[in-house]
Amino acid sequence: MVELSKATAVALAAEKATITRNRWLSFPAVAIIIVFGILPLLIIIVYSFLKAAPYGGVEWRFSTNAYVSFLFQKDIFDDTLQFSPNYLIIYFRTFLYAVATTVVCLLLGFPTAYFMATRPPSQRNIWVLLITIPFWSNLLVRTLAVMLVIRDQGLINNTLMALHLIDKPITMLYTNFAIMLGLLYSFLPFMVLPLYSSLEKLDFRLVEAGHDLYASKRQVLWRVIVPLSMPGIVAGCLLVFIPALGAYVTPLILGGGRHLMIGDLIAQQFGTGRNWPLGSAQALILMAAVLVALYFYSRPGVKQGTHG
Amino acid sequence: MRPGKQKALGETILAPSQPAIEAKNVTKQFQSPGADVFKALDNVSVSIRENEFFTLLGPSGCGKTTLLRLIAGFDFPTEGEILLHGQDIAPLPPYKRPVNTVFQSYALFPHMTVAQNIGFGLEMLGKPKAQIEQQVASMLRLVRMEDLAKRKTSQISGGQQQRVALARALAPQPKVLLLDEPLSALDYKLRKDMQIELKRLQTETGITFIFVTHDQEEALTMSDRIAVMSKGKILQIGTPHEIYDRPAERFVANFIGETNFLPANIISSRNGVAKVTLDSGATLSAGLPEGFMPTGKVTVVVRPEHADLVPANDKATITGVLSNIVYFGTDTHYHIRLKDGGEFVLRHQNTRTGEPEAKIGARVGVKFDNDAAQVLRD
Amino acid sequence: MAKAAPPLDIKAQTGFRTVAYLCLLVLYLPIAVLVIFSFNSGNQIMHWEGFGAGWYGSAFYNQDFHSAAITTMTIAAVATVISTIAATLAAIGMTRTKAWPGMAAAFMIINLPLMVPEIITAVATLSFFALLSTTIGLSFGLGNLILAHTVFCIPFAYMPIKARLEDMDLTLENAAADLYATPWNAFRRITLPLLVPGIASGAALAFIISFDDFTITQLVAGPGQTTLPLYIWTQIRLPLTPEINAISTILLLVSVAFIFMSFWIARERK
Repeated sequence: MVELSKATAVALAAEKATITRNRWLSFPAVAIIIVFGILPLLIIIVYSFLKAAPYGGVEWRFSTNAYVSFLFQKDIFDDTLQFSPNYLIIYFRTFLYAVATTVVCLLLGFPTAYFMATRPPSQRNIWVLLITIPFWSNLLVRTLAVMLVIRDQGLINNTLMALHLIDKPITMLYTNFAIMLGLLYSFLPFMVLPLYSSLEKLDFRLVEAGHDLYASKRQVLWRVIVPLSMPGIVAGCLLVFIPALGAYVTPLILGGGRHLMIGDLIAQQFGTGRNWPLGSAQALILMAAVLVALYFYSRPGVKQGTHG
Repeated sequence: MRPGKQKALGETILAPSQPAIEAKNVTKQFQSPGADVFKALDNVSVSIRENEFFTLLGPSGCGKTTLLRLIAGFDFPTEGEILLHGQDIAPLPPYKRPVNTVFQSYALFPHMTVAQNIGFGLEMLGKPKAQIEQQVASMLRLVRMEDLAKRKTSQISGGQQQRVALARALAPQPKVLLLDEPLSALDYKLRKDMQIELKRLQTETGITFIFVTHDQEEALTMSDRIAVMSKGKILQIGTPHEIYDRPAERFVANFIGETNFLPANIISSRNGVAKVTLDSGATLSAGLPEGFMPTGKVTVVVRPEHADLVPANDKATITGVLSNIVYFGTDTHYHIRLKDGGEFVLRHQNTRTGEPEAKIGARVGVKFDNDAAQVLRD
Repeated sequence: MAKAAPPLDIKAQTGFRTVAYLCLLVLYLPIAVLVIFSFNSGNQIMHWEGFGAGWYGSAFYNQDFHSAAITTMTIAAVATVISTIAATLAAIGMTRTKAWPGMAAAFMIINLPLMVPEIITAVATLSFFALLSTTIGLSFGLGNLILAHTVFCIPFAYMPIKARLEDMDLTLENAAADLYATPWNAFRRITLPLLVPGIASGAALAFIISFDDFTITQLVAGPGQTTLPLYIWTQIRLPLTPEINAISTILLLVSVAFIFMSFWIARERK
């Protein structure tokens, strides 16, 4: 074996030095996130197995109360555990909300993204800008705006009453409808942007080929366009579904304290509920649901798309 | 301006005691996990002289750019040495080598002006400001871009960018200038102009130029010597004349210009010349590549323009049937089908004195010039 | 003479145009209402009495609004500086370089805050700082919020910087080295100046993300630490006046301004 050149030795040493340098460069960012991002997650995992302290916080004693009380409640009379579906109902409802939001966002978002992608380039930029602005603006303010529109003295009711179409305000606020509307409003841009990203790259010659082979517009849509934009569809659905599961601001402002979703249920345990272990457990169950959804996304066979 | 030895037109530089750049048994291999070892350069050795315009010529993937990168310092050889004036520079990083590069994409710094780009190397070397200004001015004059000094590099044309890249690489007065296909992005006319320009610059500055290209015409017109490369090996090194008239390898004969290949038999060989017989029965002498003493069957090459169309009698070296005549304006190509099925293409320059009379389908003869045939190292 | 049929626009699908404009309407109607009614001269939030910018004046003199604004900007400024510096260093260490062992994990960690729902991060962070203060008595005051914000600002600052680095021509650094620049000089004179638009864009993004945050801030904030989003939240509980519209509109304008800046800077030197 011929001895490797001196240059090789020098170069290998330089490569090692580069790797060390890169490690150090990444260190601050990674360290900050590990200490102030991951460590807290580990802490609530631990908390979920502790006993709740009377005024909030935890007592350092092992207990599975939190997980048990997720499904069961102690009967106040005979101290037996009874199955209580309250929390499950909330989780299930949240799941339904998230699914419904995703579906409606997809039904509205796909045509919008398609329309945007088929505009001439100069118009396209304006559309992207118009969709991007709500995407980045303050969620609290946007949700407040929705509230102003649908509340009893809000825009819709005021207008309808002024036109004498109704004589009492329609209750929209603090209902399931309000939450759905709020979620839709929050997440529509999250669906449109990845879809647009994917559709913009569509090769329209394939659409032409479809027409050339006697397909109607609708057929071309279903058989050509939709399959080709699948990565964008998947990305958009995930970008809506996962945050929707964990939505907090929407149920907080539009739900009227009735904890219609997991998000503000969890928050309550850390606030007036004074049950940190329960809140931690609920948060971890939510996290598990998110991980399941992410797992399905990264499964082979589902092509990875680009995020908005 | 570095006082270089002015070369007279056509003068070949005699080999001095120490070459400017020497590659000794250089191998460069890449190993990707799960794949075979790929040898970009395979035991390559070449010696490039001072004040020489040396070209590395070959198709893409032949290793010419890899070799250039090794000389510049952007990569290191797996085996072998790279010597600059006798010293091994292979372990040195690029910023410690007195060698500068003109990149194929020019790589001009977009946030700096033309003048700042040109002065960058001197700045990095810590030269005093006055000296930098003076040198930059002189470089701008050299490439004839004085009034563009303050422009941002994104605001000038491709041809102008090319000249800035050149000036930038020349400003620090390197011992060797490396040029990586610098003319490939230019259109035809500009390219031709720049070829003349580069040749002039090399002669004026006296700096050794190592030029990489895949364009054989470019190599022939500009170089003092050429190294023809293929698949990581150097196949032949020589002057443009030597490469063209006396190709030693099949690849070289094929890559440069057009050639005719004829099977032949060695009768005798002595002193670099062999006596061979062709299938047609004709006997002629053919040049031999250095150190090659073949016997038996060989292949002989003859350039299309080193032969004449003659009547099909015994004065002809070979005979055949004229199958096609193609008119090119400046010359005419005659395609002749030989007895064994092969084809001989003959090129005749169209002069005022008239063309040989020949009809397609007629029996014709071809007479080789003296010294036209060359034996290939097969 | 029969009229020729319009040429088939293969790209158009029926009804899509309507849906697109409908979405635009849905997205902007509430915002428009919010902004328009901030100019309501009356007291009732939805009862239009006339045009007036009076509520902006009232907001201007509102002390609580002031202190909330200052707190918000302080947190955002510090979090932006820290996160942008960390993100820049990390981007340099992980982009356009040969993959080093652990790089994939580092990349996942940096993107982690984007994948965890905010409410979970919020309660986890709250628990963390509560633990610190009850066990070791350690609390950083406003620093708690700043650190919490820094965590989720890092991935947002990271993205444009990484994108900018990837767009940069690697040959430029080779050219610099070829011209006798040491690695440090090459970085200082070539890489860094060309990276600045990416860094600025990332910083703008980080700033606005911190500025707008509500969920994490609400759970982690201690007494007396009120940011603008938190202030708006407290006002929602009380009888609504158009002042809240005015303040909300101001917030929207800040968001829009910073987003514009971020995208414009990133597009400039292409």
